[in-house]
Amino acid sequence: MAIQVIKDKCKGCGVCIKACPFEAIDMNDKIAEINSKCTACNQCVAACPFDAIEKTESDEVIDLSAYKHIWVYAEQRAGKLMNVALELLGEGYKLAKDISEDTKVYAVLIGDNIKGLADECYEYGAEGVICIDDPLLKNFTTDGYTKVLTDAIKEIKPEIVLFGATHIGRDLAPRVAARLNAGLTADCTHLDVKVSSYIDYANKNTTLDTSTLDPNDPDRGIKQTRPAFGGNLMATIVCPNTRPQMSTVRPGVMQKIEPKKGATGELVEYKPSIKASDIRTEIVDIVKSTKELVSLTDADIICSGGRGLGNADGFKLIKQFADKVGGVVGSSRAAVDNGWIDHSHQVGQTGTTVKPKIYFACGISGAIQHLAGMQTSDIIVAINTDPDAPIMEIADYAVIGDLYKVIPEIINDWDKAEDLYDATTR
Amino acid sequence: MALKIVVCAKQVPDTNVIKINPKTGTLIREGVPSILNNDDANALEEALKLKDKYPDTFITVISMGPPQAKDLLIECLAMGADEGILLSDRAVGGSDTWATSNALAAVIRKIGDFDIIFGGRQAIDGDTAQVGPQIAEKLNLPQVTYVQKFELSDDMKTVTVERNMEDGYEVIKLQTPCMLTCIKELNEPRYMSIDKLFGIKPEAIKVWSAADVEVDLNTVGLEASPTNVFRSFTPAPKGKGITVAGDSPKELADNLLIGLKGKHVI
Repeated sequence: MAIQVIKDKCKGCGVCIKACPFEAIDMNDKIAEINSKCTACNQCVAACPFDAIEKTESDEVIDLSAYKHIWVYAEQRAGKLMNVALELLGEGYKLAKDISEDTKVYAVLIGDNIKGLADECYEYGAEGVICIDDPLLKNFTTDGYTKVLTDAIKEIKPEIVLFGATHIGRDLAPRVAARLNAGLTADCTHLDVKVSSYIDYANKNTTLDTSTLDPNDPDRGIKQTRPAFGGNLMATIVCPNTRPQMSTVRPGVMQKIEPKKGATGELVEYKPSIKASDIRTEIVDIVKSTKELVSLTDADIICSGGRGLGNADGFKLIKQFADKVGGVVGSSRAAVDNGWIDHSHQVGQTGTTVKPKIYFACGISGAIQHLAGMQTSDIIVAINTDPDAPIMEIADYAVIGDLYKVIPEIINDWDKAEDLYDATTR
Repeated sequence: MALKIVVCAKQVPDTNVIKINPKTGTLIREGVPSILNNDDANALEEALKLKDKYPDTFITVISMGPPQAKDLLIECLAMGADEGILLSDRAVGGSDTWATSNALAAVIRKIGDFDIIFGGRQAIDGDTAQVGPQIAEKLNLPQVTYVQKFELSDDMKTVTVERNMEDGYEVIKLQTPCMLTCIKELNEPRYMSIDKLFGIKPEAIKVWSAADVEVDLNTVGLEASPTNVFRSFTPAPKGKGITVAGDSPKELADNLLIGLKGKHVI
């Protein structure tokens, strides 16, 4: 697959150069030339007014039919399943049925004495559980988990393997993908297998021109959508010629299903071949942080502070605000970079992706990388002195004012909201 | 025995200052500076701290990219690295993480001997965090990602690190040679030194081609990459909301609450 300029058609207008996000086009003798920075992202193909740029598809055909079913790495820590694993089981079930009726979703449990977690996997949508149990697998180690998971994938041949993009998933998945020479897409926020569902998604949520896509296309390869380039662009990644297709998925973006009490499924006990010398790292200690656990992903209300707070003390007000409204404290990257608050509070591309019912952005200008992590919130309230701040473009309620003056008033009157509303309707 | 350290670094656009033209939905690229990727600066700093302690430590910074990425290596040398190697070749252009790790692993093999490879956890343009672990896999090295604290034993053979987790950290011990990916909690990167900047010898910066590192051309570049971009687009702009009316902070607050109540969100 590559981008090519059709020299006869190119007029040297330079539109493609402006459209290219990667500075991958040079003008040479009034003809566009693609340079080595090209990632085949397609922006120039769409932008060219003269149809002078084309994408050439690879015509290599490999039989991929030996690979079947979807696996979800059911990450557990100290015998407790991570939320994202349950979210992915729900998503995996949906994708499996979109591939074909007889495609199943399996949870892959790796650990020591973890068979007991299988029932919870079934309840959240797993039709089967692959259990890889060994005392050497008690705690996550890159070497140990990579070996047993890679062996199982080679032997059983799943079509798709999904991981939560946690600190463990993002350590394990790339290592497994490299050993299998398989493609891996990081931090996905949306997955499709059917072209028709991709078209629906794109039409509803994006600016993509879908007229070139055929809703009846029989292709069932995974289409993995993720923010790229700091959230400025969304890219949909495919893995046409290798199997399994692998993705890490951001925690908090997929939906868990209502648990089906008493659900059951097929249990596959995979006997791992692992010895102590396979594991080259030694875990000396596991320290749980005493700092308060910030559950941004589960919060209904988030009160976030940014550069506009001016100093670390500003977060005291944000904390009071959050306490009053029953929310949790979030922050922009700028506030974290300034050392005003711990990274665990950060919302955005390099922090946590959130979609609360209400997101209060206080003194946050709305850098694209922040927006990428919160723009799907149900209601966004921006409190900022600058009416031209980018956050105002996406805010449902733009409050133009000094946050140090407005927030105390909101705190004061929060409990009176009903009366205030009633007064206006009378 | 002198320590040999390899640092993997990437030149990236400063994604914090990029804006989107709201009318056309395209990137505004003008005036966006290219910078040393944040986490990579922490990787280099940790290597430099070792050099502070053991002055005969030799630090090689490697990067892959277009010829102008040499600027990045100059920056790293001005911070205190000894040598910079840029792999620049049309053949490796358009590589995904798998193909990039093949190319960078070939560079490191060509360098030969090393004790520790430091890299950033992830680059701010792609945010994948995949290349570090994939280089480690291609070189069959043990790895620790998300390193927030680092210690080397006096015999320079054993590394003890803290690996950051969502709910705390792990203390991990491993032997050299190894690959470590760093996060900003690890250290505070130093500034460039003017003396060092002007003292850079031209031969300290090398530009290598794919042929120089003897990489299998079937494992690098756009064609060899297992992942391809299917489509790319800008997120749909959300419709503009309501500017809350009010002349005083109290009016603003009350009108906001009335609006939220009316929408049944509170």
